[in-house]
Amino acid sequence: MSELLDPFFLLGQLRSGLTTAMFLFLIASGLSLIFGVLKIINFAHGSLYMIGAYIAWNMTLILGRTSIGFLGAVVIASLGVAVLGGLVERLLLRYMYKREELYQLLFTYALVLIFSDACKYIWGTQPHSVSRPPILAGSFDFYGVRFPHYDLFIILLGPAIAFGFWVLLNRTSHGRIIRAAALDREMLGALGTNVSSLYTGMFVLAAFFAGLSGALVSPIKSVVPGMDVEIIIEAFIVVVIGGLGSLWGTLLGSLIYGLTLAFGILIFPRFSIFAAFVIMAVVLIVRPWGLMGRPVK
Amino acid sequence: MKGPNRAKRIPWTLVLFLAAALIPTLGSRYYTFLATDVVIFAMFATSLNLLLGVTGLVPFGHAAYFGIGAYVCAIFMKDLGVPFLPAWLFGGVGGALFALIFGFFCVRLTSIYFSMLTMAFAQIVWAICFKWNDVTGGEQGYPNVPMPSMAWLEWIPWVGDLRIDHKFFYLTLILAALSIAAMRRIVNSPFGRILTTIRDNAERAQFIGTNVRLYQLIVFSLAGGFAGLAGGLFGIFNRGVFPDFCYWPKSAEVLIMTILGGIHHFWGPSVGAAILILLNQYIVSYTEYWPFVLGLILLLLLFGLPGGVVGAIDGLIRRSRTLVGGRG
Repeated sequence: MSELLDPFFLLGQLRSGLTTAMFLFLIASGLSLIFGVLKIINFAHGSLYMIGAYIAWNMTLILGRTSIGFLGAVVIASLGVAVLGGLVERLLLRYMYKREELYQLLFTYALVLIFSDACKYIWGTQPHSVSRPPILAGSFDFYGVRFPHYDLFIILLGPAIAFGFWVLLNRTSHGRIIRAAALDREMLGALGTNVSSLYTGMFVLAAFFAGLSGALVSPIKSVVPGMDVEIIIEAFIVVVIGGLGSLWGTLLGSLIYGLTLAFGILIFPRFSIFAAFVIMAVVLIVRPWGLMGRPVK
Repeated sequence: MKGPNRAKRIPWTLVLFLAAALIPTLGSRYYTFLATDVVIFAMFATSLNLLLGVTGLVPFGHAAYFGIGAYVCAIFMKDLGVPFLPAWLFGGVGGALFALIFGFFCVRLTSIYFSMLTMAFAQIVWAICFKWNDVTGGEQGYPNVPMPSMAWLEWIPWVGDLRIDHKFFYLTLILAALSIAAMRRIVNSPFGRILTTIRDNAERAQFIGTNVRLYQLIVFSLAGGFAGLAGGLFGIFNRGVFPDFCYWPKSAEVLIMTILGGIHHFWGPSVGAAILILLNQYIVSYTEYWPFVLGLILLLLLFGLPGGVVGAIDGLIRRSRTLVGGRG
């Protein structure tokens, strides 16, 4: 318990908690956005993230280990996954909008199964790793705690993307239409908006962010089968705590989750996953629609 | 049910039971193994359908009660030396009790939130089983669950001379048949009718004075109990209990079985369990990409057979009867 009083240790935990939180936010924001507008919990979001990581790994092999090479890999992975998302929405998902929730969930679960095996088939089962881009490979000293540049980059990227989403949703005409679609799809269609292509656009955007976060995670986590399911469970907890469909709620949920994991280890060394699920259950019991969400009937 | 068809009615349930009882006569341990697996999962999936098809609740954490039953039964038998039958029943009681506690919170929520909370509770159960090394054996699982002493089977000619796995199949078949019969009684009872009313229109059920939440809670607990009984048998069959029994893919698996068979028919879940287990065995012998195949089966089911296999067969029979000019 002496660690509890050691400021360097606590600072280190804070850094790791914030990094986890911001990573989760990148992926969970797409999950939350899809639920907010399309009213579907997309379990395959984690699969898109995994595919992004694999494409990024594959691309760094081709483009080389330079910073530009890494940037290229990230861009190609994000765009590739966005195209894949568009195909899935156009060819399959759109036929599920009118079905019951259970069937929608089973549909996205079917995609999880198919994508996970497809990745094993294409990229094998051995873990792959991507080296950090040289420009972000170093670290600096922050009051005696080693702070990798890459972590700082992620911690800054999270709020930047949250702000970007906020501007998109609240300060642009597209955003107004997206918010309208979340409230009443039929009325929006009657007013002359092409709701069907709006849905495709939203899904492509969310897929883009899934691919982006997968590509960005590749230098700090190994790219392995199973990373899809691991992340989707975490992202799911985050959006349920924060409130499905709420962007700021997702940010709050990510922070709660990341910090619980980082500091929970001090209090219950063996029960950090347990703590996350308990928080999720308590939030569902007290405020089923999440801390910052709105009740959906 | 009535009229000209009555003479032709065959007690299919009994025929099926007797046919299943003949499986060990094939003399293959492999067939008996598969049959035991199917029977246990038929029971598990039927318990899920008490919620899904009968009451219209969609739980994502049904495996929790299966796992609790498995752990309770195994721990009672191995650590506490309790004989099989009481240990097995305690497993069921354990499942029902936890389902009662968790269900108390879950039935307060509607649709998607109900599903999410059942999943959260199941994950909590999983995390505890995964970490509580002293009792559950933690990540390593709880191995070497003893076989029940099946001395009473010795008195039956031929059966008494069989290997232990064939005997365990008979034990499983009898207990599962009793459990499934009990569930059928529940579904067809006045209590079961009210559950179906709640499924079709919960608001109207409330209007006529039904305590909807109480009914949902009772059936949730019952379903948990039967899942626990299935889990107890599975722990022995598997010769060990592992945290995976409670993990969410197990819940997804049983959900898929139930829907594959068809939720609007009592025997749908059993048919789904049989199809999925046999298909799994068959496909795994050809390719390691079983999840891929399962994903394709799911897509086929969602886009092609919305009523499940039994629903589709039922539809075909009805259509052929209309074609022949009989009654639908």
